Amino acid sequence: MARVLLFGRLADVAGWRERTIEAASLSALRTALATADPGLGEALAGPSVQAAVDKALVRGDAALTPASEVAFLPPMSGG
Amino acid sequence: MAVVLQSQPFDPGQLLGGFCPNRRETGAVASFTGLARAEHGAALTLELEAYPGFTDAAIEAMAAGAAKRFDLQDWLIVHRTGPIAPGEAIVFVATAAGHRRAAFEACDHLMDWLKSRAPFWKKEHGPDGARWIEPTDHDRRDAARWDDPFFDTPAERAAQDD
Repeated sequence: MARVLLFGRLADVAGWRERTIEAASLSALRTALATADPGLGEALAGPSVQAAVDKALVRGDAALTPASEVAFLPPMSGG
Repeated sequence: MAVVLQSQPFDPGQLLGGFCPNRRETGAVASFTGLARAEHGAALTLELEAYPGFTDAAIEAMAAGAAKRFDLQDWLIVHRTGPIAPGEAIVFVATAAGHRRAAFEACDHLMDWLKSRAPFWKKEHGPDGARWIEPTDHDRRDAARWDDPFFDTPAERAAQDD
């Protein structure tokens, strides 16, 4: 299980902002999200979308625990 | 030295008034207040999304670097989140330094970074619907001005004089 947060246009694409999803790794989570919603899967696969696990940016894969918080971050706009 | 993200409107005058007192060694306080523009009716509301705990940490890390680079004595950054109406203040930055050049430059530098690289997501709600906004090339160029490692800051000039 992981707490999944979507920001910016990703939340518009998915139609939700926060969900709890069963996944043991970031790559498994991406697969689960893309299977449930191919449109979201495509949006998450974009090169400009970054992932953060427990508020730290992650490149590549990462293991998730039930307490993990995963955030998908589209390009940041600045304030 | 603080970053405050808040959904409530703030009074920039009050923030500046609170920042200035009890500074016996500060020669200069520079401040900047950014307001939401109406864009001649195109922007009815601006909506700023932050990631609490991530956005503030990124701003804090950046400001700590700027404080070192410009030899700041203190700084304050207050940023709105959520829906913001035209004319309301979005961001307030204040910097305190021994001399004015450092205070001015650090404030300018912090704003360039906040405008182009801070982790916010910005949506403009207008008469024709809503759209997500990304930094303009102009914003990126403004921020890149500070990337030159040979940029001559007051702190670097002082170090060269030693």
